[in-house]
Order: sequence, then C-alpha cells, then structure tokens
Amino acid sequence: MKKTYKLIDLDCANCAQKMEDAIKKLDGVTDASVSFLMQKMTIETDGDEAQLNELMKKVVKTCRRVEPDCQIVL
Amino acid sequence: MSKKQKESLARILISAALLIAASLLPSEGWVRLAIFLVPYGIVGWDVLWKAVRNIAHGQVFDENFLMALATVGALVLGEYSEAVGVMLFYQVGELFQSVAVGRSRQSIAQLMDIRPDSANVLRDGTAVETDPEEVAVGEAILIRPGEKIPLDGVVREGSSALDTAALTGESIPRDIAVGDEVVSGCVNLTGVLTVEVTKPFGESTVAKILELVENAASKKAKAENFITKFARYYTPAVVIGAVLLAVIPPLFVGSWSEWIHRALIFLVISCPCALVISIPLSFFGGIGGASRQGVLVKGGNYLELLAKLETVVFDKTGTLTEGVFQLRALYPAEGVSESELLEAAALAECHSGHPIAQSLRRAYGREIDPDRVSNVTETPGQGVSAVVDGAQIHAGNEKLMAALGIAPDRGGDTGTVVYVARNGKYLGRAVIADGVKPSAPAAIAALKARGIRTVMLTGDSQAAAEAVAGSLGIDQVHAQLLPGDKVEQLETLLGTKSSKGTLAYVGDGVNDAPVLSRADIGIAMGAMGSDAALEAADIVLMDDDLTKLSAAMDISRKCLRIVRQNIVFALGIKALFLLLGAFGLASMWEAVFADVGVAVLAILNASRMLGKK
Repeated sequence: MKKTYKLIDLDCANCAQKMEDAIKKLDGVTDASVSFLMQKMTIETDGDEAQLNELMKKVVKTCRRVEPDCQIVL
Repeated sequence: MSKKQKESLARILISAALLIAASLLPSEGWVRLAIFLVPYGIVGWDVLWKAVRNIAHGQVFDENFLMALATVGALVLGEYSEAVGVMLFYQVGELFQSVAVGRSRQSIAQLMDIRPDSANVLRDGTAVETDPEEVAVGEAILIRPGEKIPLDGVVREGSSALDTAALTGESIPRDIAVGDEVVSGCVNLTGVLTVEVTKPFGESTVAKILELVENAASKKAKAENFITKFARYYTPAVVIGAVLLAVIPPLFVGSWSEWIHRALIFLVISCPCALVISIPLSFFGGIGGASRQGVLVKGGNYLELLAKLETVVFDKTGTLTEGVFQLRALYPAEGVSESELLEAAALAECHSGHPIAQSLRRAYGREIDPDRVSNVTETPGQGVSAVVDGAQIHAGNEKLMAALGIAPDRGGDTGTVVYVARNGKYLGRAVIADGVKPSAPAAIAALKARGIRTVMLTGDSQAAAEAVAGSLGIDQVHAQLLPGDKVEQLETLLGTKSSKGTLAYVGDGVNDAPVLSRADIGIAMGAMGSDAALEAADIVLMDDDLTKLSAAMDISRKCLRIVRQNIVFALGIKALFLLLGAFGLASMWEAVFADVGVAVLAILNASRMLGKK
C-alpha cells in the first residue's frame, strides 16, 4: 500500500534528498519519495496498514537522525 | 513572511548593527574576540547547534557543519569581522531562499486550487454541508452559482453554464442542462444545479488530477537525476579538496594560515543547494503551468522529452477529426430548396440505423412522424426507397441513381454522397463527412512552425485520409491500417527519427493504448472525465483543443532552457570561485556571496516558470 504524509519544517532541498535516500534503504519500504516543494512524503510498502504503521516508527526515527527539525504528521 | 522568517530577519539586523559597532570599537586581543562573538552568536547559534547535533547523528557533510567549520576557522585565524560577516551573509541567503521557495510553493498551490472544500448534500430535503469525501454515490448534491462542483455526477435539475478553465484552460463557459455529465473542479456560474453523484470523491476527476500532478514530481527528469547524483559527490569532493589545499601546499611553501584560509573558502562554496532546489522547482513550475492550460504532464521526464519533440503522429478519427459523421453540404437540383431536399432524405432514411442516416436525421432536426413514411425497402450497397407523403423517394449512391436512369451531377466532394430522387426526378445530393476539428489546422501549422514532422495514421480509406491530410498540410499519411498495423507503423517511424529527437503519438485514448505506450510520449486528448485516457497516456490534453500541443511544447522548452541556464550558471560560478579561492584571489566574503547569491538567483530564475501567461 501507499500512503502520503505531510511534513512540517522541511527546510532544505538537500536534506529532503538525504531523507529520501535513507528511507529507501529501510527494510520493508518498496519505494519512497520526499517532495521538498509539496512538503510531502510518500511511502510505499508491500505490507498492510498495521505493518505500515509499524514501519512508520522506523521512518520517523530515520528522519530524526537525518533532519531533526523536520516533523512527520502521522 | 512567516514567523520564523521574521525572527531570522530580526537576528540578521541586530547582528549586522553589532558587527558595525564592533568593527568601529578600538579593542585588541581577547577583548576584541569577545566583542565579535556577540553578533556571531546572535546570527549563527542555530547553525553551530545544528552542526554539533548532526555530527552526533553521523551527518558529516552537512551544510551547517561546513559553515560552522569555515567561520570557526576564520575566528581561529583572527579574521573576526570576516567570520561574522560570512555567517551573516549565509543567513541572509538562507532567508532569501526560504522566502523565494515559499512564494513559489504558494503559486504552485494556487495553480492547483481545484480541490473542492465542501459539498452540499441533499438529505431529507435539506442541503447539508459536508466533506466531499463523505458523499456516497447516488446521493444528490446542490450546487449554487459561484461554487465549485465537488464531485462528478449527472445533472438532475436545473441548467447553468460551467467555467472549466481550471481543468482545461478554456475560458468560454460550457452550457449544461438536465441529463448532462458534470465534472468536479469546474465552477458553476449561473444557475442552481442538483446533481446525482456518480463517483466517490477518491475516483472523481479532481482527485485523479491532483494525484497525477502531485505524483508527477516522483518521475524525475534526467536533469534532476543528474543533479541528485552530482550533489552526492560534490560536497565530499570539495571538502577533500579543502583538506588537501590546507595541508599539501604549506608543506612546500609554508605559510599555513594563508592556505587554511583558502581551504575555508572551499568549505563556504561546498553546498550544492542552489541546484538541488532550483532544478526540481523549474520542472514543478513547468508541470504546474501546463496544468493551468489544461495539459497534464505526468512527470518531469516527459517535459524533458517533449522539449526534444521531432515527430508527432496523429490518429485521424476522433483526434484530428470530430469522429462524428455530419451533414457537410446540400446541393439541391434547380428549382428545389435545400430544406425540401433534406426533408426528403431524412424521411426516407427514418428507419435506418446507419451512421449516414443518423446524421441526416440530426441535420433535419425535427420530429419525424413515421406515419408519413411507408413501404421502406433497403437495397444493400445502394440505398433506400420509401413512399413519403405519397411520393416515391429514392436516397442512395450513384448505383441507385443509375438504376433509376438518372445521371446525377458530381462535385469534387470528400465524404459520402447521398443522392435523392422523387418520383424518378433528381432532387439533389447531400454530402456527409467526418469534419476536421476547428482547432486542427492552427495546431498543425503551429507544430510545423516549430519544425515538427507530422504524420497521420488511420484505418480509413486512402482517399479519405489524403483529403484530411491535404487540407491540414500533414507531411505523411498511412491509411487503411488495422489496429495492430498502427503499432508496426509507429515502430518504423521510431526507426526513422534521429537518436536525440522524440516521437509523440496523439490519440483519443480509447482504442490506442498499445500505440500510446509504445511512443516516446503518449498524448491522449479529450480526457475530461475519461479514466482510460488519463491512465494510458504520459501527457493528457484535458479538452479537445489540439493547439494545446504547441503550447505545451513551448512550456517544456522554456522549462528546459531555465534548467540548463541554472545548471551552467550555478556550476560555472562555483567552479570559478573554487579556482579563485585556490589561488588566493577570492575572499571569504566573495565566496559566500557566490554561494548564496547563486542559490537565490537560480531560484528566482526557476520561479519564472510559475509566471502568469
């Protein structure tokens, strides 16, 4: 399934790129894109809703490491 | 300006004032450093803090870290005013960037302002305002003048005019009445409408378009991928260069502080931000600008391909032509009126389901009383005969006339000709043809003016195809093709184009999905409300206006021009300052100008894509 999340305070385009790269490397993520312009993140996974929510915890952690200022609206 | 931006501006102003004051104060040694640390801290504390925090997270080549290192390095070297100044300009640049990007983001949001906020559902006779997502299929919604149509549906009550400009770029309102389909995203102009919802919001036209445009950013153009890759290597490379510059030359010539100073200049120019922001922004602006004109582009890569367009292949029926048979001309014999001729033909053909007969009846336009017609006999391959109002009418082709012993007059007509006789006496002829779309001649001319080769494919006869192609000035015609032949023909055409140019296929998206996907760019038209077309194509023309093709080409070319300018400009300036810095010809002040100045200029250049047109 595929879900889009809103991002708050995503301030630099380079960081968006770094976030996208890092999230793509996570286990269970089949595709991800972080749009600096739309301030949005799209995550694609083979799992169901529950697995996605579980996955999002890892995604949030990864984002905090790469760009601590940016928050994901879950 | 947002609160954050105002705060940043205030810090910049205070720090700038303190920097001037500090430079004027006569002081020395540690006291002087302490005085300069005040404006430095005010303007740069967040950069320092982020640098420390990000290193803890393993992010080494982070721009905050690089700026922190460069300015702290300058402080250590005793270049106090330079250190504060560089940090100050860096923050000014960041603020500019943030404002410019915020502006662009806003204009993009405006471009896509087609999402309806609410729907008035009729429940138990009263209109209840709800979220469009909560309206079920089959429910009735009330749309007042001035409101956006929230969901796709069919008009049950009322009539009005719709403004479809947000979807199609077409400024002339469209009239609708009971029984007509309406598409979400249009604006209701004049009358109150009651509409029965036919699709849930998630499947409505508006939702699909928004999804397409928003996802378009994920299909990256080559230029974007290049920049992403470049950014990944650029920063580490410049930092390694800085280290080498700081260490190797002084081993031979000495003067460590001078070389470290030059190395710090490298660090200031090492952020690839100008490119990373401005290139996607250009493409995004291009996609947004195109959608404003009713052209949906499904990705930056297609915009890139469109700019290199060399050949456009058109399907004939339904794309270049209306796809409907219509009465084009009436040539009554002497002493016969046009209406007399048409009435005779329409009545004689009143029972036939043939498209030709239908077009005659449509042209006649009045209710036909079947009691006036009797003894209808159809002769296959010739036509019909019937008794109308007591007179024997024959309507058909030349063979039928020959059988009656009539030699009809002939014109150089293109299309199907129906000859009509009454009681063995010739009444005249009616010409029926599939007409060329009104926008087609201008569209083909515009493409030719841009040096594009035009080709037409059709299953129709050679004569009919050549008539259409000739009147439009199309370069190449391939007629009498079966659906499978179209793909083959397209393969051949793909083989004849140059390696750099691209080929687009334009169809109505109904039966030509294989051809659409085989072409470099598949363009479907007339897609408002058609899911098949929206899905099969790479670029979608929302309405039937073919001239949008050349408009979309112009947008793509402008977009690619801006992208190229930005890449050359940003890389050029950076390379220049790296060189000047290495030879000690650039100061850190100039370097920071080069860095943030380039970023701001590139963003401003990219935002030209968002300009009104």
